[in-house]
Amino acid sequence: MSETTEHSQTESSTPKLILPDIPGFKNIETYLKHGGYGDRLKKVFSMTPVAVTDEVKKSNLRGRGGAAFPTGLKWSFMPKDNARKRYLLINGDESEPGSFKDRQIFEFNPHQIIEGMLIASYAMQVDHAYLYIRGEYAYWYRLMEKAVADAYAKGFIGEKMKEMFPASGDGVSYSVDITLHKGAGAYIVGEESALMNSLEGGRGYPRVKPPFPANVGLWGQPTTINNVETIANVPIIMEMGGEAFSKIGEPKHPGTLLLGLSGHVNRPGVYELPSGTLLTDVIYKYGGGVPGNKKIKMVIPGGSSMPPLRGDSLEGVKMDAESLKLVGSSIGTGGIMVMDEDTDIIHVLTRIAKFYWHESCGQCTPCREGTGWLLKVLRRIDQGQGAPSDIDLLHDVAQNIEGRTICALGEAAAWPVKFTVQRFREEFEKKVSTNNVPSSPNRVHSLRVGGLEPVQVHVPIVVRV
Amino acid sequence: MFNQEELQEIETLRKRYPEAKAMVLPMLWRVQEKQGWIDDAGMEAVAMVCDVPKSHVWGVVSFYTMFFDKPMGRYHVQVCTNVSCMLNGGEKLYAEMKSKLGIGHRERTVDGTFSLEEVECMGACGGAPMIAVNETFFERVTSAEASDVIDSIRSSNTIPAPKHIVQMPELSPAANE
Repeated sequence: MSETTEHSQTESSTPKLILPDIPGFKNIETYLKHGGYGDRLKKVFSMTPVAVTDEVKKSNLRGRGGAAFPTGLKWSFMPKDNARKRYLLINGDESEPGSFKDRQIFEFNPHQIIEGMLIASYAMQVDHAYLYIRGEYAYWYRLMEKAVADAYAKGFIGEKMKEMFPASGDGVSYSVDITLHKGAGAYIVGEESALMNSLEGGRGYPRVKPPFPANVGLWGQPTTINNVETIANVPIIMEMGGEAFSKIGEPKHPGTLLLGLSGHVNRPGVYELPSGTLLTDVIYKYGGGVPGNKKIKMVIPGGSSMPPLRGDSLEGVKMDAESLKLVGSSIGTGGIMVMDEDTDIIHVLTRIAKFYWHESCGQCTPCREGTGWLLKVLRRIDQGQGAPSDIDLLHDVAQNIEGRTICALGEAAAWPVKFTVQRFREEFEKKVSTNNVPSSPNRVHSLRVGGLEPVQVHVPIVVRV
Repeated sequence: MFNQEELQEIETLRKRYPEAKAMVLPMLWRVQEKQGWIDDAGMEAVAMVCDVPKSHVWGVVSFYTMFFDKPMGRYHVQVCTNVSCMLNGGEKLYAEMKSKLGIGHRERTVDGTFSLEEVECMGACGGAPMIAVNETFFERVTSAEASDVIDSIRSSNTIPAPKHIVQMPELSPAANE
């Protein structure tokens, strides 16, 4: 009983900026009652666009989509002094396994996303912004459709903005349109340049960078791409001021983070906590610990593409970009996956490898071929047919994908394998056997199925020097 | 493929994008919502409306997993077996669905009622394991509950309402008891 009380007390003391505990907050009336749109936007539109960007810079807000890039800085890359048409594109393609935070914002606080888009659009003088939502979120897409329609009807989006917020002094009146766009099932579309290609009506192929989107983006025009959670922070920053925001949580990665907790935990779900919260607190204090009080074998702290951590090295690990970097992982999208002591790590890793193999768009050879090689080798280890040499082979293949592809899917596929081999070698050693001898000189493609003639094809594995 | 009224709507949608090509995905969704899958005539219509070659449309259809290039069941059952669901029994759930429906990945029952797909992460990790029927998510489902969903659809020809799952324990901890 006393534990429950303590639990709720701690929670009420943490700031809830993105998912406030207000019933009906998703309705525009309730949102307005709590200070949304109206006066806050009036204040923003009375500032210069540069001043708005500066406020976001001051907040030290960093992107929540995986790379943790400073948002204000990203905005400032947009050309200011020419008349080219420009776009804002909000990435709601949330597809990283273990990540389900944006979905909660769509459901519980859609108007803060819209208001963030309005502010960002004004700061970059965009007159058309797009919000791309993954196809699987059809239900949440409809919630957003309603929210956008409501905001249009009230005059907060579109032409009516000019009446709602008349220009004062020397200022000119401003308006922006917002269009929703539904994806159709492709993980890679969450990569920003693939997202642009998808919105433009093509296959989701990532683009070669440079040129960067701020110069050549959607339809060849300057474009800024922000994550849904990132943009939902913007109205809060304008409300409390950049400086106040920068003091929440870890100074180098301030604000609250939406941490998606899943796997072997008693209370899975999305928790909004200040950055820098201890990982063990997220799992035990908020998530209620592991079922059956089992020990933790492995935790993936930021979505399936991020390097996993050993269960015996979680003490003192904090959830923010810099702290996780120090322990050899990354905040990613904040999707925490917990695995107990009975988990078959190789089986999990094989599933992860299958995912990246399935999702590789196939443009770059190292990723297209390498993801399949990883899967093949992992499958045979998983099925008890792996040889001891396969362990280094996996590491080797992963090493040869990383850094050799157009987009970060290469790293996303390579990192889990590479770091699991490094950090959980004993798990692999348990599953391989010296009785398993490669049946062909081709180390990757050897299937070691009894009775089959060895296939004499030699594909050398390039070893990085 | 598109009637007069729909063509009007398409004209309205066209104004949201600087190029007609951007309507490829929305148009394909429209075709699929209409007839359950995207056939040759559908691709042709999309190509005409969006000013792109038909080969481009086929390229898009084949790239995205949610577009069906063959008829699927009226109720498309999706079972996630990605990490969080797998840790909570997603693989077992998928095997059970396979045997219950008697079909495999992206196959359809003879009567056209059901089709099945082993899907990648659908963003319901906090509600693992999960299945989805068309657009409805059933989260934290047991084998028995998943089986009931199928039976219920079979007998009533509608998708039952999912039991409400609060994915935010901090908002109402009691809901997860």
